[in-house]
Amino acid sequence: MPKRQDIHKVMVIGSGPIVIGQAAEFDYAGAQACRALREEGCFVILVNSNPATIMTDVEMADRVYIEPLTVEFLEKIIARERPDGLVPTLGGQTGLNLATALANAGILEKYNVELLGTPLSTIAKAEDRELFRGLMREIGEPVPESFIIGSDEELEELSRRDGLPWPLIVRPAYTLGGSGGGIAANPAELMEIGGRGIRLSPVSQVMVERCLVGWKEVEYEVMRDANDTCITICNMENLDPMGVHTGDSMVVAPSQTLSDKEYQMLRTASLKIIRSLGIEGGCNVQLALDPKSFGYYIIEVNPRVSRSSALASKATGYPIARVAAKIAVGLHLDEIENKVTGKTLACFEPALDYCVVKIPRWPFDKFTTADRRITTQMKATGEVMALDRSFESALMKAVRSLEIGAISLRYKGASLWSDMQIETLLKTPTDERLFVIAEAFRRGMMVEEIAPLCHFDRWFLVKIRNLVEMESALSECGAGIVTDAGKDVLEAAKRMGYPDRTIADLTGKTEHEIRTYRKGIGLIPVYKIVDTCAAEFEAQTPYFYSCYDSESER
Amino acid sequence: MRAILALADGTVYEGEAFGATTTTVGEVVFNTGMTGYQEALTDPSYAGQLLCLTYPLIGNYGINADDVESKQIQVAGFVVRRLADVYSNWRANESLDGFLRRQGIPGISGVDTRALTRRLRHEGVMMGALGIGDVIADDLIARLNDRANAYDQIDWVRRVTTSKPYSWGPDEGSARFRVSVLDCGIKYNILRELAALGVRATVFPATATADQMLADDPDGLFLSPGPGDPALLGYAVDTVQAVAHSGKPVMGICLGNQLLGCAFGGKTFKLPFGHRGANHPVKDLPTGRVVITSQNHGYALDANSLPSDSVSVTQINLNDGTVEGLQHRELPVFSIQYHPEASPGPRDSTFYFERFIDLMEARR
Repeated sequence: MPKRQDIHKVMVIGSGPIVIGQAAEFDYAGAQACRALREEGCFVILVNSNPATIMTDVEMADRVYIEPLTVEFLEKIIARERPDGLVPTLGGQTGLNLATALANAGILEKYNVELLGTPLSTIAKAEDRELFRGLMREIGEPVPESFIIGSDEELEELSRRDGLPWPLIVRPAYTLGGSGGGIAANPAELMEIGGRGIRLSPVSQVMVERCLVGWKEVEYEVMRDANDTCITICNMENLDPMGVHTGDSMVVAPSQTLSDKEYQMLRTASLKIIRSLGIEGGCNVQLALDPKSFGYYIIEVNPRVSRSSALASKATGYPIARVAAKIAVGLHLDEIENKVTGKTLACFEPALDYCVVKIPRWPFDKFTTADRRITTQMKATGEVMALDRSFESALMKAVRSLEIGAISLRYKGASLWSDMQIETLLKTPTDERLFVIAEAFRRGMMVEEIAPLCHFDRWFLVKIRNLVEMESALSECGAGIVTDAGKDVLEAAKRMGYPDRTIADLTGKTEHEIRTYRKGIGLIPVYKIVDTCAAEFEAQTPYFYSCYDSESER
Repeated sequence: MRAILALADGTVYEGEAFGATTTTVGEVVFNTGMTGYQEALTDPSYAGQLLCLTYPLIGNYGINADDVESKQIQVAGFVVRRLADVYSNWRANESLDGFLRRQGIPGISGVDTRALTRRLRHEGVMMGALGIGDVIADDLIARLNDRANAYDQIDWVRRVTTSKPYSWGPDEGSARFRVSVLDCGIKYNILRELAALGVRATVFPATATADQMLADDPDGLFLSPGPGDPALLGYAVDTVQAVAHSGKPVMGICLGNQLLGCAFGGKTFKLPFGHRGANHPVKDLPTGRVVITSQNHGYALDANSLPSDSVSVTQINLNDGTVEGLQHRELPVFSIQYHPEASPGPRDSTFYFERFIDLMEARR
């Protein structure tokens, strides 16, 4: 079906100021959507209160309003502009909540504004825990045991109940980045965390449920159009297992430790969910997978473009917000061009031929007295992403991108940790966990000892160990690193993402000596293209990453 | 140990050997799926081919006892960017390296698989040779000039088909339907899917005659996928022609689709670099809906060669417009070019097995 002819003026709501859990990714999504809507000939009216956004550039929309994101102000703009439609799913939770409020207040009806894309009833079904669980039970998708608590009295009653599956996880309803949540190991902790959650939730509601700590956390980014065609854009595996908010987790895309049977089982479940909800646009499904069986639970569904969508878009080259915006005005997936190839359509699933690592960036360098533990409440203020042909090198690039003074897994202060501190830090995740694991290997701990403490899959632990072992290999090599004898080690180190400076530090040479020798033997990086299709089709877009491989592309 | 992969056009890639330490020759093809190497390695449709996976990290979740698609590894050789140093998955009981070694199949890692894929995309698939140790590239390339080795000249179906008939699925007493399968390179998951729907399958060698397949008065007939050029399979086309006109429900997958097309008078042609992956969009023309499919084929039916008065093209590939499904206008006969049985790949089109069941149900 081509673009709807009855939609001319479209309003887009931005996500307002940057806060934890809702940062620049929604500017990215909103800007992409504005461009996509204008491509389809729509007159775009944009509202946002945050001036430090690209979407509020006058070139991005036909009308830009920098106004408070409240129902009152939005009603005035609607009355003045009289848009035909409103896209609610591109401005994060703020945009979605406002669209819901405008609809509930009767304002959309009064001015004859249609909600485009995912219908309101769907949003309610995905966001309201009870409605969502009811739907999951209906379609046979498993959800963990869970209790909805709306008052301190109910909370007290629950805490006294027998046979609860302790520990329990507490998640407040409708809060950004799951703020106010936590894991309660006993009734006293449940009262404390639950009570705080009730006060933080805009609807004074928390969900208390079976805690799946130690299970793998996997996400799927899925899309659906009005013709019921569904595709997955990307799956992502969290290195940090369940218990750490995905926004605070290190993430790898695609999943690394799932066999095809597991990958497809979770993919099928995600598609079943987006279909049953009737979403028209993008959706993010979070699942927990038992590392020892095919058992899984559906954890959460975001019926909108989410924080993970930005990551998935850049990880795959697939513009999720752009396509979601086009779906909202009636286009089908097979009517939207894949701009990367220029030949194929947006209706396909990206194939990656590289590995993507995301590491969250926490602000603890600015807030030195803050609690550095990471839990179910998101604390990261940003994130970095890196692409490479191996996991080790992507991880090393991501570490350097963090700008925390670390250029490898060698971390300032790591040697000062006592062995007991290391054990505690492995058990209790903090922003330093990656470096703690590396230090544990440096001190001779085994994968089998570390895995039960931090619940990382051993595949990831071995990768971290590979990086630590390279430190000793380089030290052993010493000055020989710039001779024929050290060539293999140097090559392996570069492929693993070791920067010349670290190689110099470990071998006693200077960075300049390493670089000169390396260039002399032709050991230099090449650039490869992110093309959504693993080289099956020619790419038109100049989106590159570096790697130590043989062929460079331009 | 050092290994080299030499292509017929003279390109040479160096890497590390893994798996068995033998030299091998095959058609070099690439698959863009990101999971499912165990299923792909054991898929008979890869017989005679050197399979290159575009995803760079392979072997991560090891090898398990369940995810095999035939009784052995079928590829001639395996090409990867990086072989996992450890495997991690609750079902795994063997490393990928050990699996290949045990079954005598060589592999090469450390190859710039993206460069290789780009070459195949530009030049089309071509023959290649994989050699281990101090082998000389020119010697390998010389082997490729031997026409006896040429992939297109060999009837791979005869090499992968069962030597004698066997049965799979529920026993005679509890089976809802009995189906005769023409095995040109059947994947176990097809038989598993059919069995789950109550079908007892009797699997016949690809050289079986229509009389043999129909002798037991089955409820339906199934035409399997398989390797190689359909133009070499005149004997199978004859069988398919006869069973298709028997009036019984017939379902074909992949090579089965091509054989049906040929049986109705169509022709096949070789695709430049095939369709191999888990992300191919296919449009169902009657509904306009698109499904993401698992594919593995190097040949396709020429739509113009099909008699449109008797056969309709029901599905097309959105990437290149090639034929992805056929439906006979009068007979209860249909086929699809991709893999509804998944394994590996998306399970979005498993409903086709139910459609086959419905056809058999309707004739009761």
